[in-house]
Amino acid sequence: MLLVTCPVCGAEGDETDFHGGGQAHVTRPATSDPENITDQQQRDYLFIRHNPKGLHFERWRCDRGCGKWFHAARDTATLEFKAFYGITELPPAELIAQAKGPWADYFAQRAQETKKSK
Amino acid sequence: MTGKPFRLPEGGARIDRNTRVTFSFDGRDIHGFTGDTLASAVLASGQKVFGRSFKYHRPRGVVGLGSEEMNALIGVGADSSHEPNLRATQIEIYDGMTAESQNRWPSLSFDIGAVNNKLSRFFPGGFYYKTFKWPRAFWKHVYEPVIRKAAGLGKAATGRDPDTYEHMHVHCDVIVVGGGLAGLLAAEAAALSGARVVLADENPELGGIADLTAGMIDGVRLSDWLKPLIERLSAMPNVHILKRTTVVGHFVHNYLMMNERVADHDPHLMREGAPRQRLWKVRAGHVILATGALERPIAFANNDRPNIMLASAVRGLVERYGVTPGSNGVVFTNNDDAYLTAFVLKKAGINVRVVDSRKVTSGDLVQRAIADGIPVSLGAVISAVEGSLAVKAVKIADYRKGQGRVITEKRVECDFIAMSGGWNPVLHLWAHNGGKIKFDDGLQSFRPDVHRDAMTAVGAANGSMDVATTVDEARSAGEAAAKSVLKKTKALKLAKLEVKEPSRGALESLWFAPATGKYNEGNKHFIDFQNDVTAADLELAQREGYESVEHTKRYTTFGMATDQGKTSNLNGLGVLSEATGKAIPAIGTTTFRPPYTPYSFGSIAGSLTGSLFLPVRRTVVFQWHTDKGATFEPVGQWRRAYTYTGTGEDKHQSITREILSVRNKVGLLDASTLGKIEIKGPDAAEFLDRMYTNAYSTLKVGRCRYGLMMNELGFLTDDGVTVRLADDHFLMHTTSGGADRIAAWLEEWLQTEWTHYKVFVTPVTEQWSQFGLAGPKAREVLAKMDPDFDVSNEAFPHMSFKIGHLGGYPVRLFRISFSGEMSYELATPAGYGLSLWSALLEAGSEFGIEPYGTEALHVLRAEKGYIVIGDETDGTTTPDDVGMSGMVSKKKADFLGKRSLEQSYLKGSGRKQLVGLLTEDPQEVLPDGAYAVAEVKDKPPMEMIGQVTSTYMSPTLGRSIAMALIENGRARMGETISFPLERGKVVKAKITDTVFYDKDGGRINA
Repeated sequence: MLLVTCPVCGAEGDETDFHGGGQAHVTRPATSDPENITDQQQRDYLFIRHNPKGLHFERWRCDRGCGKWFHAARDTATLEFKAFYGITELPPAELIAQAKGPWADYFAQRAQETKKSK
Repeated sequence: MTGKPFRLPEGGARIDRNTRVTFSFDGRDIHGFTGDTLASAVLASGQKVFGRSFKYHRPRGVVGLGSEEMNALIGVGADSSHEPNLRATQIEIYDGMTAESQNRWPSLSFDIGAVNNKLSRFFPGGFYYKTFKWPRAFWKHVYEPVIRKAAGLGKAATGRDPDTYEHMHVHCDVIVVGGGLAGLLAAEAAALSGARVVLADENPELGGIADLTAGMIDGVRLSDWLKPLIERLSAMPNVHILKRTTVVGHFVHNYLMMNERVADHDPHLMREGAPRQRLWKVRAGHVILATGALERPIAFANNDRPNIMLASAVRGLVERYGVTPGSNGVVFTNNDDAYLTAFVLKKAGINVRVVDSRKVTSGDLVQRAIADGIPVSLGAVISAVEGSLAVKAVKIADYRKGQGRVITEKRVECDFIAMSGGWNPVLHLWAHNGGKIKFDDGLQSFRPDVHRDAMTAVGAANGSMDVATTVDEARSAGEAAAKSVLKKTKALKLAKLEVKEPSRGALESLWFAPATGKYNEGNKHFIDFQNDVTAADLELAQREGYESVEHTKRYTTFGMATDQGKTSNLNGLGVLSEATGKAIPAIGTTTFRPPYTPYSFGSIAGSLTGSLFLPVRRTVVFQWHTDKGATFEPVGQWRRAYTYTGTGEDKHQSITREILSVRNKVGLLDASTLGKIEIKGPDAAEFLDRMYTNAYSTLKVGRCRYGLMMNELGFLTDDGVTVRLADDHFLMHTTSGGADRIAAWLEEWLQTEWTHYKVFVTPVTEQWSQFGLAGPKAREVLAKMDPDFDVSNEAFPHMSFKIGHLGGYPVRLFRISFSGEMSYELATPAGYGLSLWSALLEAGSEFGIEPYGTEALHVLRAEKGYIVIGDETDGTTTPDDVGMSGMVSKKKADFLGKRSLEQSYLKGSGRKQLVGLLTEDPQEVLPDGAYAVAEVKDKPPMEMIGQVTSTYMSPTLGRSIAMALIENGRARMGETISFPLERGKVVKAKITDTVFYDKDGGRINA
């Protein structure tokens, strides 16, 4: 039974007091450009998820507390939560640095986009 | 039975010889003393057989001291209070207790199933897999029923459990599992450091096996030295001691489950209000495992005979209960510890000799035994046991480590055997949640290595079998645990303890003792007593290629019994090691799974049974419905009135009456359960445009619009009418069961995707009572209610909305319809609900108003072809499938599910589409869910083309109607399709439009 802490209201509780919402940082293509979405982009958005052994980023909701969604970084091998952070935020920099595989690619791409927009 | 005095004239620290207790075992009255276990009392009466084994039905007696007992499984309690499979060594007796043995028929001393033992050469490992494969029909009708009857343990009680149970939740800084020397010292150190400590022990008394252990602290015997410590701990406000409490499992992030047997030992407590058992759910900052160690049996020929026990169990019987298994015992060991049993027996005046597999050994205890005149055979093993219901004699053979067969042996009479193959740290809890273990050559057993949770093992559980190390480990672990959890701890000053204990010679592993006769002939070396797995079975599994220990386990069922391999695991690994020539660590271990010992379903359920299982939600009119004879149906957590059956009516008649009342006059429905969500803020309209398939930004204030909601996959999830109360303010209706889900759904998108929207989502379902007033006379009823607004069709048309008053009642009115009749939904603050309900009925009485229930509602809506999400949709249904593609906006750039509808797999032909059905025989009502087939054949398989989603006898039309999802249904209008039912019956029905009644909608707009 995972022990979860809500970063919004601070409530600490069993995972059954919360609601696991699957992988974090999934981009919904239709929000920004609904006219130009390929079938494959839509398929990836709906169905394709990372399944790493190790550091992973997830969405959770404080079901029986404040009702807010938030992000969590969790090691899927040790089940240790590394961080809880806001739903609109990226993970702490030191965790981004530890990310591997598709997560590393994702954060690298996000960093590039941020650079461009500046 | 034999007339021998099994109860010793003195001794027995746990029993009170002044209070006799009488209970019934297999219908026979047994007398014991307060403090006795069922095992000790029955053994004292002279009975040795406690049950029959699982596969071979061999007679079995008590083996263990406590929770490791694998043979003597007993059912306790009569009728519905009966609990099977309890360990005789843990059952505390009380006056009037009824207990019975298990897995024997017709009696313990004669068992028909024992023929399995004679046939045992036909029951090797993997027997079930090899034999019961075919013919297939035999499995269901012959093999399974016979196996189930012959095998298996106790029988579950029938009837509802009359006892009460409860759950407790507790958080603590440190939990100490096990109240022996190690646990008590660790708890003291943690508590004195300032930690809140829970200490749980499965036994009725603290102290573990300190009373059976050699050694002194500060010149006092261990068990006496512990007494003041236990008193001190019990008095500390930050220490909570739970006895008779088994920690059954350890889960992620130090979550533990404990089962406390509150009143099992004294049912009188239940009459005083105590629950029978209590399940504790604990979240601990740090876990200290002081679970001790369990003694290993030795695999020698026929080592399962009654009166062959673990050495510690024999020691416990004598020391704790003043009971001896016999008058002439043999201690069979490979280590020093079992010599303590010899001393205890000798002191009690019982003949004893020691058979020690070690040729050379040097510990204090061995020397003392020899000096005391106890006959000790070094370099020897037991090679045969005579007797089947009781031990009569053994053969003692000369032995050198590794020797495979017997060369010389001598016969020695005896009537019991105390065996010890060494001690295994109890690692179950350590391993439940991923703790790593390592092999220890000195112990010839596994001990804890590392754990990802905050957990420390101390004392014997950590493989530290001596008192001095245990004391040091326990104290420092307790202090460290407190420091790791608390920000500030108190300085710990503990007096140094002076420990004295005998030196120990090394243990020598003994995984298999050679037997008299040719290799293994006629002999069984039991490894797993509870599942009847022998050393030969394990070797056979190796020969047959089940080399991995996990495969061996499943093939032979070794370690898979309810004791989860407590006494068998390591012995099995030892046998496999010798069979394969691999070292034990190279073989690996199997997984320990929770629970440590089984616990009852009653405890798991706690008080959450019957009406407490799930909260029930009732509308404010609930009592009125009840008084009017309504039957109820569950809709989510709600109870909704299903129909109001009057005198002389059955449900069918009352439903018909209610339907016709709405069609011809006027009816009143309690629709308060309908989900109601207010959506407010400058971005509310745009937000709803994203959520619904159709547009809400174009909806005028004061108007209603029916909306469809999809998930991102493009499948329908909810529907309902939403009204625009103001530019920035909407009131959404959801299905009764969907209110919470949809509110959460809206919140999720607001919080995670469109975070910049300024919108509040507020569920208001319970704030409002809402009633449907439907039927051609509805407007007249409304007019009589003294409205402060114009109720004419022109001023208040279909799909419009008003806020006003009906007499004194503040109301929100929606002119919407789910019945096909002219209809209003009236919402009033819930406090006015019952009063408005009654006023409406009174105002409507002259028009023949009648309340109607949910079944009438469903028939009415089906006649009109209105869908119900969850009936006409199944989670893979798109708006187009139900013929509502017109409600999917083409103008809006984006809304949930829009892009998915364009995916190739949702386009093209072959999708099931919603159609109406009219059966050829108008009186024939299709069963709900019936399948339509492309072609009717004599027997399945037949190609299925769809299924019935709603089906009713329509009183309005005087015939049956149905809706169905049928492949390419809309292209098949007028076609007749077939529904094969049970027993060859086939119902034919014509595909039609889904609207059966008032197709042009004249009545709604009247």
